[in-house]
Amino acid sequence: MVVTVIGIIRAHNLFAVVMLGGVYSFLMATVLVILDAVDVSMTEAAVGAGISSVLLLAVLHLVRMREAPLRHTPVIPMIVCLLTGGALVYGTVDLPPFGEAGGPQNQHVAPYYIENAEHETHSPNIVTAVLASYRGYDTLGEVTVIFTAGIGVLVLLAARRRREDDEDEQKGGAA
Amino acid sequence: MSTILADLNYWVTVFLLVGGLYIVVAHGNMIKKLVGLSIFQTSVYLLFISPGKILGGTAPILDDKYTLYSNPLPHVLILTAIVVGVATIALGLALVVRIHESYGTIEDDDLTDLESDT
Amino acid sequence: MRDTIILRVVVKLLLPAILIFALYVQFHGDYGPGGGFQAGVAAAAAIILYGMIFGIPAAKQVVPPSVVFVMIPLGVLIYAGTGVAGLLLGDNFLDYSPLGSKPVYGQHLGILIVEFGVLVTVSSTMLAIFYAFGGRADEADAAEEARKDGEGGS
Repeated sequence: MVVTVIGIIRAHNLFAVVMLGGVYSFLMATVLVILDAVDVSMTEAAVGAGISSVLLLAVLHLVRMREAPLRHTPVIPMIVCLLTGGALVYGTVDLPPFGEAGGPQNQHVAPYYIENAEHETHSPNIVTAVLASYRGYDTLGEVTVIFTAGIGVLVLLAARRRREDDEDEQKGGAA
Repeated sequence: MSTILADLNYWVTVFLLVGGLYIVVAHGNMIKKLVGLSIFQTSVYLLFISPGKILGGTAPILDDKYTLYSNPLPHVLILTAIVVGVATIALGLALVVRIHESYGTIEDDDLTDLESDT
Repeated sequence: MRDTIILRVVVKLLLPAILIFALYVQFHGDYGPGGGFQAGVAAAAAIILYGMIFGIPAAKQVVPPSVVFVMIPLGVLIYAGTGVAGLLLGDNFLDYSPLGSKPVYGQHLGILIVEFGVLVTVSSTMLAIFYAFGGRADEADAAEEARKDGEGGS
């Protein structure tokens, strides 16, 4: 994944950037399976490598395919990013080491969910039970966010492209 | 050596995060910025899920054969985050399309020039 | 996209498989990985694949935009309606316990209905976004063609 990100930074052809983005999403999905997050991996593969790539390609069809070269060398952003990275690495020294069961993130709420989800909601998949029942309000908010994004895209792209001829576009009801 | 293996997942996460941030800040093309934004978001997924993994555990789906499960709580949060991320990308792409139609370009520097001319 | 015989045949074979897989993932979200989001995206991806190979007007015939625009808020309504149903039957908002004979069955039924609502909204939103972008691209192509014909003719 690190190599893919470096490739995206260096590539100038936008089509290559989009394809590398899809490769990156697939690699991320594989890593997520290794980390035992199977639901998340399925969603990331479908959404990141599927829908995102399709939408980016559709937009690429409408705009140019190459990126213009940078007009100034990006020294200040590079310094800012390196400083941020350094501060973050300094912060991760105190985080619990990888794979240990005793860290504080696994102590309080998670064991309750693991033990009680089956007999309170009759579903072996703990993630679905938590998502739909214990934290159902958050999922309602998420569905509203998707709804709002869909409405937003339809409003933005509903106006006709050229105002010259009065064609009747059956483009779906907005306006 | 054990410190490197214990913290390697955090270092990879930080590198991806900084890489995504660099793409957003330093590049002018808007589509590349959006791809950088999605890289930034996916690195945050790693940041949340990797501390929840327990070596020797399995996916959090209850079964009689296993006794040790990985932490299911980050999975729930990240599931929401992924879908919100794609909603952001879709709206950003719609904005890019409209900007391209109005101004004819999607490069940052060209847009600043146009703005300073008018 | 002229020589697309292979793609057309393969898509026609794959499309029902993808849709059945999406329904399987949706209803087995309780017993294995899956749930509403994955199934919604997979179902939308099937129709998007059909639209990419056979053209957006063909996809618009299969799933008309009016149906899609009705489905987008319908999923949110199903979700919120389940929550309000819990409220009307005496418990808190989004508490599924009173929906079944025992609280456990109520929870299970509530989870199934709620995931179905999520499926409807997610798949129709992804499809509507694809229609919006693709329609733009089709318009741009048609305008290009018209301009070239105009220049060639005059």
